[in-house]
Amino acid sequence: MSNTKYIVGSFADPDEMMHGIEKLQANNISIYDCYTPMPIHGIEAKLGVKPSRLPIAAFCFGTLGFVLGFSLLYYTMAHDWPMNIGGKPTLPLPNFVPVTFEVTILLCALGMVATFFYRNHLFPGRAPRVMDLRATDDRFILAVDARENTDHALVDSLLREAGAVEVKYNERKYVSYE
Amino acid sequence: MGTHNHHHDYNFSEQYTFAGTAKIVSLVAIVLGVAAIAYGLYTGDTMRTFANLLLMGYYFACVCAAGAFFVALQLVTQSGWSAGLLRIPQAMASVLPIASIILLIIAAGGIYTHTLYHHWTDPDLFDPNSPKYDALVAGKAAFLNIPGFFIRQILFMGCYSIFAFILAKLSYKEDLEGGLNTYKQGFKLSAIFLVIFGFTTPIWSFDTIMSLEAHWFSTMFGWYNFAAMWVSGISVITVILILLKKGGYMAWVNENHLHDLGKLMFGFSIFWTYVWFAQFMLIWYSNIPEETVYFYKRWEPEYKPWFWLSIVINFLAPLLLLVDRDAKRKQNMMLFVAILLLCGHWLDYYIMIMPGTVETDRGFGLLEIGTAIGFAGLFTFLVMNKISKHALAPKHHPFLDESLNHQI
Repeated sequence: MSNTKYIVGSFADPDEMMHGIEKLQANNISIYDCYTPMPIHGIEAKLGVKPSRLPIAAFCFGTLGFVLGFSLLYYTMAHDWPMNIGGKPTLPLPNFVPVTFEVTILLCALGMVATFFYRNHLFPGRAPRVMDLRATDDRFILAVDARENTDHALVDSLLREAGAVEVKYNERKYVSYE
Repeated sequence: MGTHNHHHDYNFSEQYTFAGTAKIVSLVAIVLGVAAIAYGLYTGDTMRTFANLLLMGYYFACVCAAGAFFVALQLVTQSGWSAGLLRIPQAMASVLPIASIILLIIAAGGIYTHTLYHHWTDPDLFDPNSPKYDALVAGKAAFLNIPGFFIRQILFMGCYSIFAFILAKLSYKEDLEGGLNTYKQGFKLSAIFLVIFGFTTPIWSFDTIMSLEAHWFSTMFGWYNFAAMWVSGISVITVILILLKKGGYMAWVNENHLHDLGKLMFGFSIFWTYVWFAQFMLIWYSNIPEETVYFYKRWEPEYKPWFWLSIVINFLAPLLLLVDRDAKRKQNMMLFVAILLLCGHWLDYYIMIMPGTVETDRGFGLLEIGTAIGFAGLFTFLVMNKISKHALAPKHHPFLDESLNHQI
């Protein structure tokens, strides 16, 4: 048992898993993470998960898009070869709005997707890794770090009391779909 | 999936008592409004008085129509999140018949006193032998004529009013009968209503507002008005909701529902700007005299600061104040932005209406403020009175439980 890295409780019912979270927290056992096949309302608040920092990435990529879009227009329309279209000023700001806006949105969206993939190790050629294969199917998984919480018997009994149908002692963190 | 059914101790039958300060303030506001209008008519400033009456009458009808639209939209999309706060838009929808009649009276009075729509109501404009003959307006005679105007106004607003009234009525009936029948009926009616509403509101705004300057036309104008209507409707729902919550009612509505209203306010303020800009940029770019006449008038020194202020309040303010997630979940912030947007859309309508009526004799004083206060008071009185007549939650709504568990 000394090689156990994670204790993984597998629940068949989300209510029982939520109950399991409460039980572990009541006994001061820190939860490493939860994996569920579908979103469960209120689980972030219960686990104390910090809000995602994805909006920060969105803002940065959006700003980059704004600067690039505007620079492109400025360089081609006003600087390199000033265009006279319909007698409008050479720097027709209202005309720049749609393109600048579109490039901002484009880079913001692509940047967010790229950030999300990078952060979650999701890219082509990478086999997805999970802590329990059935977490993407019909099981609700509660993972406890076995090195931080040394009383394995207590964790085991709490998980089973809450209704875990299976408790695994994993020596490796992830199993791969490969 | 009932993951957390642990809070079903709300009293859904609780009713709002409309009394005390709220009632007195709304009645005093009505009296002030009547006094301001009487003062305007008495001092001979008929044009400005009617322009203000049209502004507030249209605003009032639009907000009530937005209430009906909200109710219909929630039914058609089978939304659950809004179930707990539906009584507010339902009350607004119930008031739409009264608002429609008021707007009709104002339009009739404006035409009778030659203060509103005088750019197309004068018969000489259509007479080729008259020195006042106007070929451009005469070419629009098939649409711009007084009987046609009233037929469309009565048909459109009558239709909205009937649907609005029935949709609210069905929900009140649901409280007594339970079951799914009323919901299913409401769903069907809403689907029909939304189609009618979507196709006719642009024409309604062409008639009521755009025809004030009969030479000018814009196909964007209808959607621009719709966006203004929807943002102000959502803002009113938010204000009423927050004030009710501050009064200790509707405990089942929490920051998650407020967050959704905030997203709608934020999103449709951006949409308003999008439509506003689409209309503006194409006219600015193509620079055709018959189109630029609208913005030319609004760029006169009389209107220019107000014109830009409208963009600041209706676009920049919600953009910067509501972009943050936490801001949308805070009552005081949402209350502030909602009231700001209501003032902003008053200004928006002001810029739509005034250059076509009072033109350079623009004013901002007792008459404007008084009329606005009067209509706000009338709206508050009628809507809060309606809210007090029924339970504050539709307790047999099929998605009420989903609304209670709403979490974003």
